[in-house]
Amino acid sequence: MVPTLFGRIQTRLFLLATVGVIITLLIVPVLPGASGPIGPRYVSGFLVLASVAILGVLWEFLYHFLMQFRWEKDWPTSFGLLTLIPEGLLLFFLLRSGVASFIDPVPTAGQFWTHFVVVWICVWLTANGPMRVPFIRWRFRGGRVL
Amino acid sequence: MTGDLTPELLGTPEWTDQMVAAAGIPMHDIPFLTAGGGIGSFVTLDYLRIYGVPTSQMRVVSNIDYPWQTYEFLTRCSQIPRPERIRSDSSSRPDNLWGFPSYALEEAWKEKNPAFLWQILTEPILNDYWTPRAGTVFANLEREAKRISYWDMLVKGQVRMVRKRVGGGYFTVVTPPEGAAPTKRIIFRSRFVHIAVGYPGLKFLPDLQEFRQKYGDYQHVVNAYEPHEQVYEFLKTRPGTVVIRGGGIVASRVLQRLFDDREKLNLQTQIVHIFRTFVSGSHGPHIWMRRRGGDGWAYQGFNYPKSVWGGQLKAEMRKLEGPARAQKYKDMGGTNTPKRRRWQEQMRAGRNGGYYHAVQGTVEKVEPAQDGRLISHVRSKDGTIRQPVADYIIDCTGLEADIAEHRVFADLLQYSGAYRNPVGRLEVERHFEVKGTRNGDGALYASGSATLGGYFPGVDTFLGLQIAAQEIADDLARRGFCRKMGPLRSTSQWFKWAFNSTV
Ligand SMILES: Cc1cc2nc3c(=O)[nH]c(=O)nc-3n(C[C@H](O)[C@H](O)[C@H](O)COP(=O)(O)OP(=O)(O)OC[C@H]3O[C@@H](n4cnc5c(N)ncnc54)[C@H](O)[C@@H]3O)c2cc1C
Repeated sequence: MVPTLFGRIQTRLFLLATVGVIITLLIVPVLPGASGPIGPRYVSGFLVLASVAILGVLWEFLYHFLMQFRWEKDWPTSFGLLTLIPEGLLLFFLLRSGVASFIDPVPTAGQFWTHFVVVWICVWLTANGPMRVPFIRWRFRGGRVL
Repeated sequence: MTGDLTPELLGTPEWTDQMVAAAGIPMHDIPFLTAGGGIGSFVTLDYLRIYGVPTSQMRVVSNIDYPWQTYEFLTRCSQIPRPERIRSDSSSRPDNLWGFPSYALEEAWKEKNPAFLWQILTEPILNDYWTPRAGTVFANLEREAKRISYWDMLVKGQVRMVRKRVGGGYFTVVTPPEGAAPTKRIIFRSRFVHIAVGYPGLKFLPDLQEFRQKYGDYQHVVNAYEPHEQVYEFLKTRPGTVVIRGGGIVASRVLQRLFDDREKLNLQTQIVHIFRTFVSGSHGPHIWMRRRGGDGWAYQGFNYPKSVWGGQLKAEMRKLEGPARAQKYKDMGGTNTPKRRRWQEQMRAGRNGGYYHAVQGTVEKVEPAQDGRLISHVRSKDGTIRQPVADYIIDCTGLEADIAEHRVFADLLQYSGAYRNPVGRLEVERHFEVKGTRNGDGALYASGSATLGGYFPGVDTFLGLQIAAQEIADDLARRGFCRKMGPLRSTSQWFKWAFNSTV
């Protein structure tokens, strides 16, 4: 799929709300060093997921801008994977520095990165293939779901 | 022979059922008919079969026996036999409307070769675009054609014209193969007709056409789209010089063949490559629109920038009309070829070794030399005149003829209200209905190269033909001809594809 700006944002929100939610449900109980009641851990897991979505909308504007330098106005598969590095680092920094203080307990580095990377890879894999099975028009509309 | 077109029919734009009956031409009813029977017809039927239309409702009229026949002929001539890789990408799958699993996954799985996965992951940055083998595409097309019972829908014959029917729909006049029918023509009466007849015709460079006619020599001046194996055979027997014309992917292919033979068989072939437009570096109007290039070529993975098949450029073009659309085509158009690592190496070796010479120039004429070889008179922009002498000239420009050279389009333009788009081809709607031809509750659609210049630029490619097919199938669903395709039905149909069970 070669995205348009709206397509990028919609695909991100849609996949985080589906694949992201399922993965979060499955992975939170088994994150490294997990202890304490499961309820608050799910709450902070989903808040992390929501932050990826909200910050992500801003990131997408940046990616869209950078894409304009490309003649083909495309976004290679590997970019979709590698952007996990800056996004992960920024979010991790925000968590550590206490800016996102509503996320409590703050996940440990191991917990954050395991959760974040697994969700990211599952979303990326879905976007690069299986998404086209139910949604046959999606790839021809720049990733718009609606 | 009876049952032929009458002067009355020929001269009347809209026909009644009585007129056809009076001419004694047998008439068959079929709700949906597609003319052509190449990749464009195939993917359209594939969509409609998967959307749920039974074979009894559709016919394809074609002069070829299987949908990839013309494509395979043209690719083989232009040096892509089955084991070689084609141009389009991994998820352009005319045999699978979902494009999943992509060809790269399939080849990686079947050949247990994870290198393909690495390439697809790193394309086009660290690696060339991964593209499938021609043979992979053909084998899969055959599988899918069987699955959708393609041959139950095939009618062999030549489509002569499509005319509007008084009361709605269309008549398609077909000339069956000799001996196949008792009458000279047969007619299909349909509510919906789709035209996908491919290239209206391939054109020669004018100076080469002139040479061929003047000297009756069709052996030494050849078009890359026609069989020209004699060139490579000759070069195996003695050292020779070849002039290449054109800067597209076909030129790249022919060069590769010449270089490969040179390496494998230790030949002495000399190559002179004439570019009319010689690209020496990045080019384009401004920083947001700059395409890479060099050594004569403009570099681009596919025949249009990648986002025309679904991203930003597709969305932009969809909104443009008239001159603005024509300008956009101009901005992103132009002959180009992929920058493949292997080709770059071979050309570099050729330049260093002094056997590959690329020059800018316009050829003014071609003449036979005294020894029977061919002299090209080439004038460069800086005024230099060169006169390379060659044993063979290969025209790799792939010029296409005007749409009116095809009888079916000429007839549509003259009698059925069709007209030309801003770049001179057939104007179609966003859903590929031919503008000006609507008739009652019927609709006439077209896809493929004849519709270049419309709201969607990537028409003459597998993926483009599929995009057109999807638009057409969705339009037919709106008109009640078939059911709409939602996520659940699509998923269940995908499983049928995966298990190769009938639709
Ligand atoms: C050398 C070459 C390489 C290409 N490589 C790629 C690639 O790698 N990827 C990609 O996506 N695209 C590629 N294309 C472009 C395009 O996808 C193919 O040309 C494709 O075959 C076009 O499909 P089509 O249905 O429009 O035409 P065709 O497949 O040519 O089919 C049209 C058929 O209609 C028949 N016909 C014409 N007139 C009549 C009539 N009056 N009655 C009955 N039948 C008629 C013709 O005989 C022809 O068989 C390539 C094109 C060429 C020439």
